[in-house]
Amino acid sequence: MAFTLEDIEHLAALARLKLSDEEKEMYQAQLADILAYFDVLQKLDTSGVPPTASILPKDTTLRPDAVRPSLPPETVLANLDEADREANQYRVDAILEG
Amino acid sequence: MTDLTTLTIKQAGDGLRAGDFTSVELTQAFLARIEAVEPTIGAYLTVTGDTALQQAQAADDRRQGGDDNPLLGVPLAYKDVLTTAGIQTTCGSRILEGYLPPYTATAVERLEKAGAVMLGKLNMDEFAMGSSTENSGYQVTRNPWDTNRVPGGSSGGSTAAVAARLAAGTLGTDTGGSVRQPAALTGVVGLKPSYGRVSRYGLVAYASSLDQVGPLARTVEDAALLLNAIAGHDENDSTSIELPVPDFTEALTGDISGLRVGVPDEYFAQGGLQPEVEQAVRAAIAQLENLGASVKPVSLKLLDYAVPVYYLIATAECSANLARFDGIRYGPRENTGSVFDTYRETRGAGFGPEVKRRIMLGTFVLSEGYADQYYVKAQQARTLIRQEFDALFEDVDIIAGPTSPTTAFPIGERVDDPLQMYLSDIYTISVNLAGLPAISVPCGFDDGGLPIGLHLIGPAFAEDKILAAAHAYEQAAEWTTRLPAV
Repeated sequence: MAFTLEDIEHLAALARLKLSDEEKEMYQAQLADILAYFDVLQKLDTSGVPPTASILPKDTTLRPDAVRPSLPPETVLANLDEADREANQYRVDAILEG
Repeated sequence: MTDLTTLTIKQAGDGLRAGDFTSVELTQAFLARIEAVEPTIGAYLTVTGDTALQQAQAADDRRQGGDDNPLLGVPLAYKDVLTTAGIQTTCGSRILEGYLPPYTATAVERLEKAGAVMLGKLNMDEFAMGSSTENSGYQVTRNPWDTNRVPGGSSGGSTAAVAARLAAGTLGTDTGGSVRQPAALTGVVGLKPSYGRVSRYGLVAYASSLDQVGPLARTVEDAALLLNAIAGHDENDSTSIELPVPDFTEALTGDISGLRVGVPDEYFAQGGLQPEVEQAVRAAIAQLENLGASVKPVSLKLLDYAVPVYYLIATAECSANLARFDGIRYGPRENTGSVFDTYRETRGAGFGPEVKRRIMLGTFVLSEGYADQYYVKAQQARTLIRQEFDALFEDVDIIAGPTSPTTAFPIGERVDDPLQMYLSDIYTISVNLAGLPAISVPCGFDDGGLPIGLHLIGPAFAEDKILAAAHAYEQAAEWTTRLPAV
């Protein structure tokens, strides 16, 4: 598997990662190397083998679907800057221009 | 008076119970040692000295009131990937600098309920991605046996802290060997419980189908005491299984006669296995035989596929899990005026090179046109790897081998070669793919005086078997009495 610089830029865009030119070149080479090593896997016959969905020996245990107290807003918002905290909200850039 | 930091958890608990010293005195001893030794080691990202002394006082008060358990008043520390309410939790990443979690991880909370004292939060490879702790966004952690070498990773702060006696015991996390490999490289005991044994609530996710919290300690008994406290179903993690939790110390009888130990031929056919590691591990297996175990060669034919399968699955999961770090709810934000640029700038600046590498790889293996060839193929191979272990455990009770192909390597040696770094997980990784419990216990030293680890793997939820074998070996071999000079 070889990657062009455009491939790397496409992946970085999908992953929402800004990369420097040096990083793009580094990952272009490294991803190809890593995947070349991983090609050994294509030799393994997996026809008819179901993919693993869970490794648990029994079903997961669900708690009752009952309303429980939530964390207080001031605790959850503690990581925001002061203006947002006081406004009791996350302020983000506009997603749609209106 | 003895240096209180040399005590095991068991000894510390006994001393507290006997009234030989208080938790405040014990905690002060550790804080003093942290102040003296930490500049050389760099295990801690945060030291919570004041709260530690308050918790120690509370533990002493509880004891005065008649309360008692093996961890009451014992000073511990936690990998910085486990959330601690109101105390900075960074996951070793700049993208979470200053993050104060609103809640505490279940494993930590259970130790706090038992009355353990928290000394602080420990360094790690960023988001637990790495095998040397060099991927931390903050600092290098040095191996207490040779400070020019790495402590392993990703729980390198957790293992260095135990080895250098900067905590009586610690918690790490293990996604592909991150408890066991650094335990081997620093000469401590590291236990990865079965997937589902310990709640992952509050463990910041790297690869959710592989992650597990595990104890690090100086002895097998100490690891069992910590597991006793953290194991068991938690309603906040549906993958924590509702199964009875035995008292794991009851397995530590010293008697392993009749235990069937399988030794995979493939473990010793690997290129890159250091001869001294092979020698020490073979001697340890012979010792298990002397103790009454029966040893037989077995085969793990799929071993060579484990590294690719793991890195395809783990990176796919990480690319999804780490999408939440976008600067909106946690950590610093690079404001740009455009929401997508804010995400891109924040993530570009906040993540280090290995995390970006794995996000890129994971994004690729899940991307349109490649998911079947890579991700689905890896999940099919994972099924075969699990089946191979299941079949083996029809014939043997546990599997034994090396934890890591080499002893601790020099700082900087492998940072530019990710593939070489990935291969240091060859023995530990398949255990996570199959959800099995495994332990690394010290089994000797190489010619340079660096520790070597023996790796014991058991069937799912049979932690008692590997603890029993590790303990019997440890008692016979007495490696754990040797301490680094630091």
